[in-house]
Amino acid sequence: MDAIREGKSSPVKHRSTVERTSEREMVVTRTVNGPARLVYEAWTTPALIQRWWMPKSYGIAFVSCEADVRTGGTYRFVFRHPAAEEPMAFFGRYLEVIPPSRLVWTNDEGGEAGQVTTVTFEEKGGTTVVVVHELYPSKAALDEAIASGSTGWPDEQFEQLDEVLAGGGRV
Amino acid sequence: MVHYTHTSFDRSFAALSDATRRGVLERLGRADASITELAERFRMSLTGMKKHVVVLEEARLVTTEKVGRVRICRLGPRRLEEEAAWLERYRRVWDERFDALDTVVEDLQRKEVGNGRNTRG
Repeated sequence: MDAIREGKSSPVKHRSTVERTSEREMVVTRTVNGPARLVYEAWTTPALIQRWWMPKSYGIAFVSCEADVRTGGTYRFVFRHPAAEEPMAFFGRYLEVIPPSRLVWTNDEGGEAGQVTTVTFEEKGGTTVVVVHELYPSKAALDEAIASGSTGWPDEQFEQLDEVLAGGGRV
Repeated sequence: MVHYTHTSFDRSFAALSDATRRGVLERLGRADASITELAERFRMSLTGMKKHVVVLEEARLVTTEKVGRVRICRLGPRRLEEEAAWLERYRRVWDERFDALDTVVEDLQRKEVGNGRNTRG
């Protein structure tokens, strides 16, 4: 039950845009309500990352979340899906850390085909424009990710997500 | 001659069951090519390559277009549909992620105000 009240109490809800900008690149853009330093804090503090990184509708829980956010530091996110025997680990290394405006990290769980993720935070009048840029090592690597449907998550989770979205529900 | 049941799945399966046709798709993933170029690349006759391309066309994995005297092959709508569907799912992942991020950032802001860090400007 969303209370539609005089607009000042409920901030504008933004929508993400996604674009394949080249044979090797994906770009996601989204505006977040809040200053860049707080958005950056949420992206770099493990206790906070655990609250938002994994979409709730997947039913996948964080097992652990480690992030040594400095140039050359590593991160390791471990998840468990109730239907899976083994936990799933996502890990890599921070190549660039410039608070509160820029983060660059590798995605090493997939081996050679892993993409490099660059996130920039640009503050604009109390909101922050977040741009997530993913650069794959080759066209074939991005094509492969698309062909295998791999955003890393099992398909049935997306069906649940569809139901949630269709019902307009929000956690 | 073998007749396949004409469901979309069977057609794709039949189309992809052949190593040359998989090679053609891989090649077209990098750039469009004429049937002549494909025939040369896979060291086969023009007629042989045309047959492969027809199978791929029927499975909607490839489309062809006659440009002048040359027939150009490119990846078909099936591939594009897959890509569009994938993009939409990818967008939803990020949308849900960012919705949760909004909540976290709102909480952080509220805490700052509560702690009196919100200096007057």
